[in-house]
Order: sequence, then structure tokens, then C-alpha cells
Amino acid sequence: MTDVLAVADHRRGELRDVSYEIITAGRQLADETGGDLHLAVISGTVDEFADKLNREGVDAIHTVSHGEEFNHDVYSQAITQLYDELAPQFVVTPNSVNGLDYAPAIANELDLPIVTDTVDLETDGETLIATREMYGGKVETTNELEGDAVVTIRGAEWPAAEGTGDAAIEAFDADIDEDAIGSTVSGFEEVGGGDVDISEAELLVSIGRGIEEEENLDLIRDLADALDATLSSSRPIVDNGWLPKNRQVGQSGKVVTPDVYIAIGISGAVQHVAGMKGSDTIVAINTDPNAPIMDIADYAIVDDLFDVVPELIEEFEG
Amino acid sequence: MKILVTVKEVATVEDEFEIEGTEIAQQYLGADLNEWDDYAIEEAVQLQEDGIADEVVTVTIGPEDCEQTIRQALAKGADRAVRVWDDALEDVDLLDVNAKTEILSAVIEEEDPDLVLSGVQAGDDSFAATGVSVAENIGFQWGAVVNHLEHDLDDGIASVRRELEGGVEELTDIELPAVLTIQTGINEPRYASLRGIRQAQQKPMDVKALADIGVDESTIETELELTDMYEPESESDVTTWEGSADETASELGELLRDKGVAQ
Repeated sequence: MTDVLAVADHRRGELRDVSYEIITAGRQLADETGGDLHLAVISGTVDEFADKLNREGVDAIHTVSHGEEFNHDVYSQAITQLYDELAPQFVVTPNSVNGLDYAPAIANELDLPIVTDTVDLETDGETLIATREMYGGKVETTNELEGDAVVTIRGAEWPAAEGTGDAAIEAFDADIDEDAIGSTVSGFEEVGGGDVDISEAELLVSIGRGIEEEENLDLIRDLADALDATLSSSRPIVDNGWLPKNRQVGQSGKVVTPDVYIAIGISGAVQHVAGMKGSDTIVAINTDPNAPIMDIADYAIVDDLFDVVPELIEEFEG
Repeated sequence: MKILVTVKEVATVEDEFEIEGTEIAQQYLGADLNEWDDYAIEEAVQLQEDGIADEVVTVTIGPEDCEQTIRQALAKGADRAVRVWDDALEDVDLLDVNAKTEILSAVIEEEDPDLVLSGVQAGDDSFAATGVSVAENIGFQWGAVVNHLEHDLDDGIASVRRELEGGVEELTDIELPAVLTIQTGINEPRYASLRGIRQAQQKPMDVKALADIGVDESTIETELELTDMYEPESESDVTTWEGSADETASELGELLRDKGVAQ
């Protein structure tokens, strides 16, 4: 019988969705090992968070009240001490930007293997079978390891835990060494404000890597004008500096839910899909019929955007 | 200040491919400089151009085949390269995070840099864990997913922005020495100039075996075993419009009018 220790994620006073999903993932592993699910809630308003996270499937919640916001040194120290105290088989954390800022450190500190960005987990109590993607989602792989491990889970892969739990909520008296804290958060900034709010648009014309060159963007601008649509993009276009950050759809950009989303030359990486899958109707224009965007598209044109887009402009201007 | 940049040659896969066992069949694979590392190299070279870094060294785990990729980093301005390879690494399917950490840590301890820049992740196996793991292992501070670095490191502090989800950035001060994992978009990676490409051929590339850096073969016995690889089941129920570009464009036009979003 082996236990699971899962770690909640929160930011600026709000629990993130993955905190509820990690209960489901952790519960499933704990059921398979016949053990308990422990949940760690570190920093911020821990009592309030613990009450919210006390959902079906959680056996115990350990709160560590130290500071308001995430600090990887505080998390690392608290989790390694909880690990020593509880001796779980698996430490499960979100594969979020903050999760990736401490999970590899605790794995190293505890001398455990780490497997990140998992989308499915299975165990017989000894061997862990973790499913994860490689090559930008072109393939899925299963990976096995024996014994204890640190595992990070991808968001939105497990359903959120529901109901009301009867977990024991206890303050864990972690011994946080302030001298070992080598980084300080001085603030947060919302980026991507500005002239346009793409999350308000009814029709988005969204462009990706397939546009190839900055000067080709004019073609897509012309299309947006002809359709009276709003122009948005996937990450590489913003990384290249071709469009401002406020146009970026995806995990690190905006979440959009237009009536129609036209994805042009966008392959559909998971980070992009996270930002647009709630669109009512999704149309993909792409030369690759196997691109991941096809998995969520309702309609597709498998053709060269440089052939299709001028025809579409003509259709609405002509 | 000395900067070390981790550089990986990643496998790229064609749109159409086949899987043999737990690998993509060789004929569908290509090789490229890891996209995230390209940004890390650029950031290091800019720190050198700004007079902050005196030396930029790259470190790579990889066979001789990847020297051409490493030369790209040298052509963009890195001063010299270290490449670690060993017969013992030849048969390892998947080098896990701990194995990579052991090897990179040994090189970093030998080179003793003030700052290590590493791509957030590798485009092929996408673990996104090695940089932070290395930092913890060698007692450096760290910051993951950095998309801005102030070029003012005088007082031993790196002021960075970490790119969180949902368009929020965290402003963080990190004590040096540190490992920063670099996100795409932090800068605009340059193309190597012809002069740079010529000069790169003359720049030193040290090749080291595990024994040369004091790493025991047994530590790279990877605990994580890749047991299966397959194409994800498509959940697609997409309607594909067939025909010439004007035909498919007119289908889309009709849809947009039906939905009332365009006239």
C-alpha cells in the first residue's frame, strides 16, 4: 500500500483549474496502489484553498502557510519535508510553468526519476506506466519506471474532482530555511493589453507558421478586412515580432471562444488548442491533413493557404 | 562573466512517417538545432555584445553527427563548444532527466560559469525539466520559462520575467550563479553571417567522454524506459471540403454567411 502526494497550484489568490484535476489523477493512482491521496497546499490563503479542495477522493490536506505567492524554494523545501514525513510512492504536480519550476528540483533533491507532461497514468503498485507525447504531439509514448517517482500532469487531461470530501486538514509545520531562498518575486504584469481584445471577437482569422514570411501577413490582413473579422495568431508569429502579444491565442496568450475560428497555417499544438477549443465552429486551412488541428476542426480545407485565401478575399470583396 | 549555453540537436519528423518498434523510422527523421536553444544562444551572444559576458561556451550531449548543429551556435557568436559523448551512451534509447543532469552538471562544474542558459524544453522529447534539475544538482539558483532578462547583472542578480499562463508575467530577481530556462520570443535569433560560419570552423570544440568529466557509466543507466510509441488516435470528425481553391473558398464563404459572421 503506497500513498500519493499531489500539489495544488494557485496564483494571485486563485486556485488554478489543474488543482482540481490533480485530485482526480492522484485519486486514480492511489486507488491503484491501495493507498491514500494527500494534497499539499503551499503559500497564500491556505485554509481557504484547503476548504475548496476538500472534494471527493482526498484523504488528507497538508497546508503550509508561508508567503503569499509561489516561490520554488519554499515549495521545494515544503514538499521534500512532506515526502520525508509521508513516504508516498508518487509526488504528482501540475505541468504548469510553476510546476516545472520546482518538480525537477525536488526529483533531483530526492534522487527520484521524473516524468513530465503526462496525459495518462497507470500503476500496479510497483511499475508506473506514464503516457506522454513526443515530437510536438505527432506520437504518443508509454514510459515505465519502477518505484518512487515525481510525475507532472498536463492540464485539462483529467476531469476536475467534484463533490464534498471529508479530508483531514492539517497545518504542516515545514521548516523553511530563509537563507536557502535565492529568488524573490517583485510583482506580476498582465501583458497583451492594447487596442484589440481578441477574446471579444465573433469571427477570428488566425494565422500560424504557415504564413512563412512577415510580408505575407498583408494577405491575412486583407482577408480580415474583407470579412470584417479580427486578426489573431499562434505563438510563433508573436515570437517573431510580427504581431503584438495581444493577438496571441493559446496557453500563454488569450483564451478565445468566437462563433467561428479560422485557423490558417496553424498545426494545432496543444498549447494553441488550449486557447481556442471552446470556439463554436473551427475551420482549418492547412496543407497537412494529419495536422493536430484537424482533430478539433469542424471543417477543413486541405490546400495551400496562398491559393485559398486570395479566392476567399475575392468572394467577399468581389 | 562567463555564460554556458546548453545546446541540443533535436530530431525532427516529417508530416508522414512510420514507427518501427519504439522509434520513428530513420528515413522520416531530420535533425535541427533545438528551437528553444536558439533563443538561449542569442541571449548569450547579446549579453556578450553588451559587454556583460566575456565568454560564451556551449555544451552538448551528442554524437559526432551533431557537430554541424553545434557549429551553428558557434557561427552565431559562441566562442567555443564542449561536446560530451561516449560509447556507453550509444545504446540508450531515451536519456532521462537524471542522466542528462549528471553529465551537464559535471561539465558546468568544470567550466564554472556565472550563468547557464538552457532552452525551456527540447522540441523532440519535451521534458522541460533538465535545466531546473541541473541547477538544484549543482547548487545554482534558477528560473524556469524566462522570456525577458535585464542586461544588467552587475550586483549578482538576474532580473527576469517568467512567462506564466494566460498572458501574465512574473517579475523575479534571481541570485547568481543561476540557470535560466529560456522561452521562445525572448529575442529574435539571428541568422549566422557568412563570416560567422567561416569563423565557426576554427573555433575550438572539445570532445569529452564520460570518464574525462568524471561521470561514472552507471549513473547514466536511465530509470525511465520507453516501452511503446504510436500515433495518437484521431478524434477528428472533420468535414473536409474537396475541390479547387475557388470551390473550397466558396464553401467556407457559405458557412460564414450561414453563421451570420460575415456578409
